[in-house]
Amino acid sequence: MSVPATPRRQSRQREPDGPPPPPVVQRLRLRYAKRGRLRFTSHRDFARAFERALRRAEVPMGYSAGFSPHPKISYLGAAPTGVASEAEYLEIGLAEHRDPEAVRAALDACLPAGLDIEEAVPAMTGGFAERIEASHWRIELAGLDSEAVAGAVAAFLAADAVAVQRMTKNGNRTIDARAAVVTLLAGGTTVDLVVRLTTPAVRPDDVLAGLRHVAGLEPSLPPQVTRLAQGRLLADGSLSDPLADDRG
Amino acid sequence: MDAAPDSLFPRLETLLPRVAKPIQYVGGELNATVKDWDAVSVHWALMYPDAYEVGLPNQGVMILYEVLNERPDALAERTYAVWPDLAALMREHGIGQFTVEAHRPVAAFDLLGVSFATELGYTNLLEALDLAGIPLHAADRTLDHPVVVAGGHAAFNPEPIATFVDVAVLGDGEQAVLEMTDVVAAWKGEGRPGGRLGLLERLAGVDGVYVPSFYDVAYRPDGTLAHVTPNRSGVPARVSKRTVMDLDAWPYPKQPLVPLAESVHERMSVEIFRGCTRGCRFCQAGMITRPVRERSITGVGEMVQRGLTATGFEEVGLLSLSSADHSEIGEIAKGLADRYQGTNTSLSLPSTRVDAFNVTLAKELSRNGRRSGLTFAPEGGSERLRAVINKMVSKEDLIRTVSTAYAAGWRQVKLYFMCGLPTETDEDVLEIAELAKDVIRAGRAAAGHRDIRCTVSIGGFVPKPHTPFQWAGQATADTIDARLRLLRAAINSDRSLGRAIGMRYHDGKPGIIEGLLSRGDRRVGAVIERVWRTGGRFDGWSEHFSYDRWLAACTDVLPAYGVDLDWYTTRERAESEVLAWDHLDAGLDREWLWEDWQDALSEIEVDDCRWTPCYDCGVCPDLGTATQIGPTGRTMLPLSPVAAAR
Repeated sequence: MSVPATPRRQSRQREPDGPPPPPVVQRLRLRYAKRGRLRFTSHRDFARAFERALRRAEVPMGYSAGFSPHPKISYLGAAPTGVASEAEYLEIGLAEHRDPEAVRAALDACLPAGLDIEEAVPAMTGGFAERIEASHWRIELAGLDSEAVAGAVAAFLAADAVAVQRMTKNGNRTIDARAAVVTLLAGGTTVDLVVRLTTPAVRPDDVLAGLRHVAGLEPSLPPQVTRLAQGRLLADGSLSDPLADDRG
Repeated sequence: MDAAPDSLFPRLETLLPRVAKPIQYVGGELNATVKDWDAVSVHWALMYPDAYEVGLPNQGVMILYEVLNERPDALAERTYAVWPDLAALMREHGIGQFTVEAHRPVAAFDLLGVSFATELGYTNLLEALDLAGIPLHAADRTLDHPVVVAGGHAAFNPEPIATFVDVAVLGDGEQAVLEMTDVVAAWKGEGRPGGRLGLLERLAGVDGVYVPSFYDVAYRPDGTLAHVTPNRSGVPARVSKRTVMDLDAWPYPKQPLVPLAESVHERMSVEIFRGCTRGCRFCQAGMITRPVRERSITGVGEMVQRGLTATGFEEVGLLSLSSADHSEIGEIAKGLADRYQGTNTSLSLPSTRVDAFNVTLAKELSRNGRRSGLTFAPEGGSERLRAVINKMVSKEDLIRTVSTAYAAGWRQVKLYFMCGLPTETDEDVLEIAELAKDVIRAGRAAAGHRDIRCTVSIGGFVPKPHTPFQWAGQATADTIDARLRLLRAAINSDRSLGRAIGMRYHDGKPGIIEGLLSRGDRRVGAVIERVWRTGGRFDGWSEHFSYDRWLAACTDVLPAYGVDLDWYTTRERAESEVLAWDHLDAGLDREWLWEDWQDALSEIEVDDCRWTPCYDCGVCPDLGTATQIGPTGRTMLPLSPVAAAR
């Protein structure tokens, strides 16, 4: 049931003084990396640092209207806190045209080493978000021998479903870590994992929990995880570059 | 102790995935400085003894960090209180308290400077010392351990932590840390003559530096202090505070730190003046930071511009104890608002007096960006009580001020009061309810609609050293809790008005412990240590603070001295009683403080000495300082686009 807004209440709404913000004239798509000790940056931490970098780099951002104008930034799914990444993506809307490479370099210079802006391309196409179908993660396991890792991977792949528990805000929740896994490949103590983007998302932690569940795999140190790529799933199991269509 | 210590980070890194908010331990802040250990002779670790999110924005630490790092012969790194989850893992894996820049062990530094804004950080000091592997007691430390230095407002009575610190610094730290660095550099260069004691003797020669172990405390049979006297020659009978004059010559921080982690202040701060002579009798900050020293309008303009360029923040707070009192605040507000027109940069005055002019100021400052909330602090509920505390605000002032705010479009105003003030009765506190209701009535009329709110925020009063209320008996926690219950009922008695009034308060128990630590003497150190040993940490956090733990420690420790918790807190002191901090000089004449206490009891107010004759508090003649205020008559020029880009 919809409740119509009363005109009286409308009339009391304050309007910001001054003209509305200028329109967005250029969109840039950026790939950035989260490396080393700054992999412990959460997505919210990154977002605040990025907004400050935009101001320091004097990027002419487009803003939303209203009392709390926000710069036009949209993020594509971010890697979890503690996970490094070579392939994070976002899009920004500019109120003036700028050279993408100059923007990239200026932003990179305004962010600490470890939060690195790697690429910037002007958006030439729509459907940026739909270009992310899957994610490629590399997991380094410490203190295990390669046979144990290979065995656990085989057991995981052989299972039809691997139920794992995940702590959420609403308590423990059981999800299947197996169905979304496209590739799971052990090489020594390194595991390459390609996971399809699903709801709920299956994260490297869930697959690690699955490996523990099916084969008792228990690394002595926390695994180091890096996202290597995101993109559309190609026939050969590799991922497409989500910026390729915009490079023209 | 001088070989460059290895970074603890590789070992720490494996623990970080197992703790909450690991980003707070990794460093990487914008404008952080990492210097080569071997290239300098003096190494300072600076600690704010609370969580990173609280400690990082602290201006005092930021200023000293920069002042020290600008010296070619010194480095400063920062360390913060570690949450219990990581502390447990660090103990399990033998990793010591570390700095966040280069993750060096705190134990390897020459000095550990700890800034105490509040006494509730004392248990975190002990936790950090223990994690660092530094003996808790100064007497047990050797040449291999840092000199532990306490600073900040709480250091004006460091007696409760006298056992744990080697040195306390009174007053402004900028020049003191530089002189201490000179002393340490010379002592090290000469081959550390006299060992640790030799260094402490030299440090005691620096103005504002107090070495507690060089003073003996004698007690009377009734538990009061007999005297505090130097136990060696060459140290002053009273140690006087440091005062930095000419704030324009100290434009710090020039490069404010910007954390990756979220902190309690997501903005940049510029201190527009230091000190306050309004004379609010409860306010320790106003008493111990005299005289007033203003930064000039051009100095403020330069710091704002440089800081915004260096940080990328979009909000600037103009800090001081009462920012609207700057002699050129109107020009500053207009100049900054003009300069940042159309940039989404917002400016705020975090601390404002009850004065309609402040609403005009706030409106001017929020012209370009987000409108921040408005807070006014009448502090006392009744006119009588406001005379006692010397907060000269009439009910008419308040109503006029909030009406201006509601008429200007603010829908929410916050009012700050204290409960438990000297001579306070239930009736005084109940007047807060009447005041709040009148605020809503006047606000509805001024705004022309009913959609406005007022939040009443109430803190328990804690008597502090070096204030006229240092002799006062503190109200018991039960008294405060009972008065707040009455107030709550009075506010809710009128449904229509009560619904528009929010009430925020804490129970009275933490205030009693703060009172113990504020006016405690050296015997309280044993209580602090007992509390820490039984698990006390992060006492400023309600989820960690345990009144029962403190009470148990008092019951265990204090009877041996013939005193108890009430003796330190709710007991009124006589004029003749030796106070634990009498040998520490904030510049205020003890006689003047006592007279002001008597005036308080007689409800006599005293005017601000900035615009009325001097009332002889003693600071200026004692310390050779003077009030430095404008107006300078200079103007803040708008920046040209070229200048803005630099």
